[in-house]
Amino acid sequence: MTTAQLLSQDPGWLIAVKGLFVFIGCVLLTLMSVWGERRIVALMQMRIGPNRVGPFGLVQALADGVKLALKEDLIPAAADKIVFIIAPIISATTCFMSFAVIPITGPVTLFGHKTAMQLTDLPVGVLYVLAIASVGVYGIVLAGWSSGSTYPLLGGLRSSAQVISYEVAMGLSLVAVFIYAGSMSTSEIVAAQQKWWFAVVLFPSFVIYAISMVGETNRAPFDLAEAEGELVGGFHTEYSSLKFALFFLAEYVNIVAVSALATTLFLGGYHALPGLTFTEQWWGGWFTAIWFFFKVLFFFFIFVWLRGTLPRLRYDQFMKFGWKVLIPVSLFWIMIVSTLRVLSLHGASRITVIGFASGIVLIVLLINIAYDSSRKRASEKPYADVAPPSFPVPQLPSERAENPRG
Amino acid sequence: MISLAINVGQTQTPEAVLFWVLGPLAVLAALGMLLVKKAVHSALLLAWVMITLAIFYIAQDAAFLGIVQIVVYTGAVMMLFLFILMLVGVDSADSLTETIRGLRPIAIVAAIGFGGLMISLLDRATLGRQLVGLAAANEAGNVQGLAGLLFSKYVWPFEIVSALLITAALGAMVLAHNHRVIARPTQRDLATARFRSGSLSTAAGLPGPGVYALHNAVDVPALLPDGSASEASISATLKARGDVIDSRPFQLKELEEDK
Repeated sequence: MTTAQLLSQDPGWLIAVKGLFVFIGCVLLTLMSVWGERRIVALMQMRIGPNRVGPFGLVQALADGVKLALKEDLIPAAADKIVFIIAPIISATTCFMSFAVIPITGPVTLFGHKTAMQLTDLPVGVLYVLAIASVGVYGIVLAGWSSGSTYPLLGGLRSSAQVISYEVAMGLSLVAVFIYAGSMSTSEIVAAQQKWWFAVVLFPSFVIYAISMVGETNRAPFDLAEAEGELVGGFHTEYSSLKFALFFLAEYVNIVAVSALATTLFLGGYHALPGLTFTEQWWGGWFTAIWFFFKVLFFFFIFVWLRGTLPRLRYDQFMKFGWKVLIPVSLFWIMIVSTLRVLSLHGASRITVIGFASGIVLIVLLINIAYDSSRKRASEKPYADVAPPSFPVPQLPSERAENPRG
Repeated sequence: MISLAINVGQTQTPEAVLFWVLGPLAVLAALGMLLVKKAVHSALLLAWVMITLAIFYIAQDAAFLGIVQIVVYTGAVMMLFLFILMLVGVDSADSLTETIRGLRPIAIVAAIGFGGLMISLLDRATLGRQLVGLAAANEAGNVQGLAGLLFSKYVWPFEIVSALLITAALGAMVLAHNHRVIARPTQRDLATARFRSGSLSTAAGLPGPGVYALHNAVDVPALLPDGSASEASISATLKARGDVIDSRPFQLKELEEDK
């Protein structure tokens, strides 16, 4: 029985219970991930991090949340009041919605019903996540516009440009997955990865998705919409109290959501690591949830690692990278993937497929070598045509290299 | 999806409830889009109408169309939003002055003509008929059925429309693109120009404003070594606005008197 058929037998109350589980899970994950992020970043910076409230500082995020909620709620006089209030609500509601199609476990028994921990299984599940993400950006853009001041507006505009350009790259990276899985439903994509994860089979797509998911969620090194060095707080400069808390919640739930999608599409979803498939039967199938969250937390760690390591990109470099590197590379990769897929579906011999693949690899290598050597020539140029100056100057580096003792 | 496909013959109750809740909301939002003053509010209401339509599509078993409607139109409305911000201004509201003469009568005639066309179309619709063909169309799956039609029967219209859209996008880019007649001066060019301007006093850049250690603000001119105020240290905008404070009170007068 497929997951779609299994889920269609769910009674209404079971769907409501699952929805509640997802909501509570996301809020708890947010609290824990805020704490986790602060501890991990602290470790990377040779500090200790929050360790006062509760054991290991575990309740720190909750204490901060309560304090945030008790603060004064300000609405600037220049703000567009209705939109100013709607914006954080859009952000905070849409971020939860994408979890509706994420399969968290395989078939399990919940309150005596045979079901799977997934709210619904749309035939266009992955596109649904993309659609929800594109509605979610409205929260950020509208927050920027409605604040009625310059820095939030700039932050909002940046984020809209960022999300539009990185969503193209993200969508293109998903195309290869659709071609290989033969479906856009999340549960079928997971089922198609039982043998090989798509992170291995479609490695370039995985890399492109991983980069663009950081761009989508406005996280370091792509957090240009709230670049505190340039834009104070970016789109949420004017927000305080619960409205700010909603943006905060949305940011972390979004991180978990894109990580969950990455897990589903590329790391085999709730399936166990290769070689440990026998664990999938433990606890009546509930052990698969452990594998799922293990993989999601792995992605979350990568997010934190990136934040602790990389400086923020300059805005024009960021846009250039999206449009001139990620999108052309993914288009090229899709052409290769679809050719390979057609070849194998039409029963082409193994030699043809391997020949085609190695031909592509050779061409890419040749282009790379040609590009490298031309760049080397360009970088050697400046010292050649400099005329000797008519006044005393310190030795140029090129001369020093020939006569190391001076 | 199975549960939705069981009773295809007539509209089911949940779908009817959905329709009667969201339908009036969509009509209200559509009216509001025409009537609100601020262009951004109008764009937002348009986005809401599009999302409601998408929900209707999904409720009628056209999942792919519904989701694509959201993806495409939220992106499109976002573009509209950016155009409003860039071309009309952040706080733009509709102005009711006629910029082209005779625009109003032309608009009214066009509106009546279009409305008449729409009403004549509505007149030809038949209500209360049994639904047919949905199960057959979705037999191999909604996405597969749509893909089969798009890439076989409608491949030419589809390609022609996409060529048209790409041409339009390229045309817009050509129209909006302007070449710089002179190349933008680089930092190096600017530095060279400063040194060649004649006086070396400005070559190192302009002095910062403010009398340090006593009064540090952008509206107070800096003091030169001889004690006079440096006009170059104040921004031209502040000078034009008349917001410059006299720097004399902040000079080290007492020190001189002590001697």
